[in-house]
Amino acid sequence: MTPNSSAQLKMPPIRRPEDARSRFSPEQGFPPSAVRIPRSGISVPKVALQGISLSYKTTGGKRLLALDNIDLEVRTGEFLCIVGPSGCGKSTLVHLIAGLHAPTSGQVLIDHKPVSEPGTDRMLIFQELGLFPWLTVGQNVEFGMKMQGVLKAERREKVQYYLHLVHLAQFKDSYPHQLSGGMRQRVALARALATEPDVLLMDEPFAALDAQTRDLLHDELERIWAETGRTIIFITHNVREAIRLGDRVALMTFRPGRVKREYAIDLPRPRQLEDIALASTAREILEDLREEIDKSLEEQYAAPMGREVRAR
Amino acid sequence: MKHAALAKFGRHTIFYALLIGLWSLLAALKIWPPYVFPTPWGVWDSLQAGFADHSFWIAISISMKRMLLGYSISVVLGMLLGLGIASNKFLEETMGGLLVSLQSLPSICWLPLAVLWFGLTEKAILFVVVMGSLLSVTIAMEDGRKQMPKIYKMAGRNLGARGFKLFWYVLLPASLPFILSGLKQGWAFAWRSLISGEMIFISLGLGQLLMMGRDLNDMSQVIAVMLLIIAIGYVVNGLLFHTLENRLRQKWGLAVS
Repeated sequence: MTPNSSAQLKMPPIRRPEDARSRFSPEQGFPPSAVRIPRSGISVPKVALQGISLSYKTTGGKRLLALDNIDLEVRTGEFLCIVGPSGCGKSTLVHLIAGLHAPTSGQVLIDHKPVSEPGTDRMLIFQELGLFPWLTVGQNVEFGMKMQGVLKAERREKVQYYLHLVHLAQFKDSYPHQLSGGMRQRVALARALATEPDVLLMDEPFAALDAQTRDLLHDELERIWAETGRTIIFITHNVREAIRLGDRVALMTFRPGRVKREYAIDLPRPRQLEDIALASTAREILEDLREEIDKSLEEQYAAPMGREVRAR
Repeated sequence: MKHAALAKFGRHTIFYALLIGLWSLLAALKIWPPYVFPTPWGVWDSLQAGFADHSFWIAISISMKRMLLGYSISVVLGMLLGLGIASNKFLEETMGGLLVSLQSLPSICWLPLAVLWFGLTEKAILFVVVMGSLLSVTIAMEDGRKQMPKIYKMAGRNLGARGFKLFWYVLLPASLPFILSGLKQGWAFAWRSLISGEMIFISLGLGQLLMMGRDLNDMSQVIAVMLLIIAIGYVVNGLLFHTLENRLRQKWGLAVS
């Protein structure tokens, strides 16, 4: 997608949640796919995790194994969702892919090349976003390109384009704190996309949003994914959200984090959270996830005698 | 809103009117000779005369020049020191502690040392100014780096900023709200150190004007220069730094005072 196409970029009106709901009717079947879904015919691994383990020293001096020998491959253009109980190290995993930390053993490969530091070929959207409060929305989106040394005229054009893409063009000169949670989320998305990374890493980005805003952002993310053809690795603790968005869902175990199972999601797009087929797939995954959640609760409540029981 | 500001202004006017009134009354009673207790109109005349014969303007410009130079040096040095300390465990433990204990030393204590090192020169005054504000700036810098939310550093690295760019475009602005109060304090300390330093010899600054007033038994001039020093301190601290702080808070979406 070139920046000059911004002029022709059509702005679909933001769908209201009511409209979104009415699109789903089991009798009529699904409406014809509104989005062009990139079909990843060639199965080239874009991202490959090979034997990733991570352990660290706790404050008590004990070594804790957070991630245990994780192997995972993500195809070019694939939308992979990773679900797991809290504390399973799924956030840590995307930080490793982003190159912000190094694994204790194993390696992350992007296009067969090992990752050793952050790079603009992959961009992480943090759970807490990390928008720079001292910069305007436009300057935030521009930031990555500025670091890359993209020329000013091109930067301006791309800022315009990506803000259009997330429907925030009129907020270019606002500061992040002046926006709502959902809008800030979209700024973070635009900021990440503006560096034109091949891989987008998203760490529970919609966890703090209300249900309606989240529905809207699911639609938008799916549309943007279809329009830009990026590879996306999306972390969530919400199984339905994972099935709503992912081509594939990987379930992680509770401490140490391993990939317990992978599920290919073949449901037609666009999907709705209320979709019956989606719900039944979710039930299957939830059963597996519940085991892990039980394990995590057990560990929290069954601390050995003499040691303080951790608060929930 | 406007009404409240007007009322506040009114209260201030009344307070200062009373203060000057009391002063005039005491002066008019002539309990003390004018070289001990000057009259308000005497001070006013001194102020006018000082500005009219340019001696005040010259003193202000010379003092401000020293101030800018000394303060800039201590900001740059303080930044480097503060960053070094914040990024190195060993330095943090050793040097950090030393700096805190050094801060209890009044900056004028450096003057004898400065005079022995540099003689009665411009450099001696600058040295005292730098020593007066360096520690505040260093400690503020160190605190700023520690208090800055870690997410900004990660986000900056994630977006491809590294090395100097990471420092200049991310770490520095991210810690600015925490640094600013230290910069403000540094300025106030530098200002005090400068005036004390200037009293020592013929330095042509505001401090020396004060001493000249003393030598001439001209209490009106002493008070006039003191008022001038307060006014400049107020303008820089109260207006410049306060405005900067408020603008920063507004931009960040923090509570606006």
